[in-house]
Amino acid sequence: MIEALWNYEFLQNAFASGLIIGLIAPLLGVFIVVRRLSLIADALSHVTLAGIAGSLYLSQTVPLFAMLNPLYLGILSAVSGSVLIERLRRLYKHYEELAIPIIMSAGIGISAIFISLANGFSADLFGYLFGSVSAVSRQDLWIVVIIALIVILFLRFFYKELFVLSFDEEYARASGLPAKWIHILFMIVTALVIAASMRIVGILLVSSLMTLPVAASMRLAKGFKQAILLAVVFGETAVIIGLVTAFYLNIAPGGTIVVTSICILLIVLIGKKIWLKVVTKDEGVVTS
Amino acid sequence: MSTPYDIELQQVSFQYDQTAVLKNISLQVKQGDFLAILGPNGSGKSTLLKIILGLLKPSTGTVHLFGKEAKEFKQREWIGYVSQKSNSFNTGFPATVFEVVASGLAKKTGLFKKLPNSKDHLVQEALSSVGMEKFASKSIGELSGGQQQRVFIARALVSDPKCLVLDEPTVGIDHKHVQSFYDMLSRLNSERNITLILVTHDVDTVSNRISHVACLNQTIHFHGFKQEFEEMSDEDREAWYGHSVRKIHHVKGEACNHD
Repeated sequence: MIEALWNYEFLQNAFASGLIIGLIAPLLGVFIVVRRLSLIADALSHVTLAGIAGSLYLSQTVPLFAMLNPLYLGILSAVSGSVLIERLRRLYKHYEELAIPIIMSAGIGISAIFISLANGFSADLFGYLFGSVSAVSRQDLWIVVIIALIVILFLRFFYKELFVLSFDEEYARASGLPAKWIHILFMIVTALVIAASMRIVGILLVSSLMTLPVAASMRLAKGFKQAILLAVVFGETAVIIGLVTAFYLNIAPGGTIVVTSICILLIVLIGKKIWLKVVTKDEGVVTS
Repeated sequence: MSTPYDIELQQVSFQYDQTAVLKNISLQVKQGDFLAILGPNGSGKSTLLKIILGLLKPSTGTVHLFGKEAKEFKQREWIGYVSQKSNSFNTGFPATVFEVVASGLAKKTGLFKKLPNSKDHLVQEALSSVGMEKFASKSIGELSGGQQQRVFIARALVSDPKCLVLDEPTVGIDHKHVQSFYDMLSRLNSERNITLILVTHDVDTVSNRISHVACLNQTIHFHGFKQEFEEMSDEDREAWYGHSVRKIHHVKGEACNHD
């Protein structure tokens, strides 16, 4: 494996992007989960699919698009989707979650049309849906690196505002923070992370890398920084184990990464239950 | 020139979907006042607070904060806000008491900057002033309702506000802790001269601590010193509250509830 990693550029690309995504997806995911936006991440990933499918179709029909990395249109549609969701959420003030099925079905509907027009599923499309170890190009890797830089800068500059906004939105607005703008930036950055993760975990499973490690870390963490740290550790573990097994078993990495994340989550849930039992038993012995 | 009022509302009205919620409200609060805003449910108390906090814009009328027109007023950290415990946060949120209190410094620190190094000291100080200094490393969800509410006061205090605005802060708090909660507020008011604006239903518990009362039911039916409020006639009370309200009787520090 290490020798293969040394020799094949595609493997280097896949592993490097995997490690970066294992960092940024759970990092942003903590904010997404505590702000109860997990389903929005899912909706955005389906909008991204519409962009990718559109680009794949255009690459067959318009010569100019044949040269274009489908990721660009994917990113574009994810970002426009995030802005649209916000508009809809404000329009249906009392039924905010309605924005999710509207955007999600629009995304899948448009994707279905483009996929049919492009004569159905291709290997390319399969890679975008469930991730791929072999399809990550150097250019894809650079896009992932740039998106990671944007995410890290965003969190570096807006961490404290995001914390306030996540913990108590009304308080954030009452204390005069530009809550609306920070939220819009947050949605755009989320769209970027979804587009970046798609190459490795696939569109259909993108939101899982943002939510499953966080679901596990929240059961253990006492504080917010601890929750972030644990989520990143779980995310990276899932990506590494997932990519290695995907490589050896020739399986789509989206599947192996998500199943590993689920295993981590189960271990944490069961482990915590056993630990709590032991602790209460010990306390029982002391007090009786 | 005389010192401007901390908060001054002139002829403020507010409509929501063409329904009048507040009509023609004029209200002045000066430094060191402890004002209780009383009124039946749906009288517009929370709306009034939201207008003071800048969360809602009045349909007509003007709001001045510390002598400046509300939209010109940039020092929002001067006004600390403590909302009802029940709707402010999700108890499963993974944050320590320290992190929650430190987040009160966000606005004062300014955009793009990290919280200052002095935050450890400031947070400890704010926690001690609400008697919660031993809880800094606890998870916020582990605390009782009353303790959480103290932490939220500490979050408001950490940025050294001149005025605290509290919206029914004792809702959902165990009755036996309500007294000590108001004791703490009184101390902040008398020792640090912090202006307090409190929306509450606990008329009797707070009545011996406050300096001013505003009776609200869409319009202000009474605004003045507490003593005058206590002398208000039954007819006036009924006209304000919409149904009969018993006068406040203090019996050994305990008080009867209004009907």
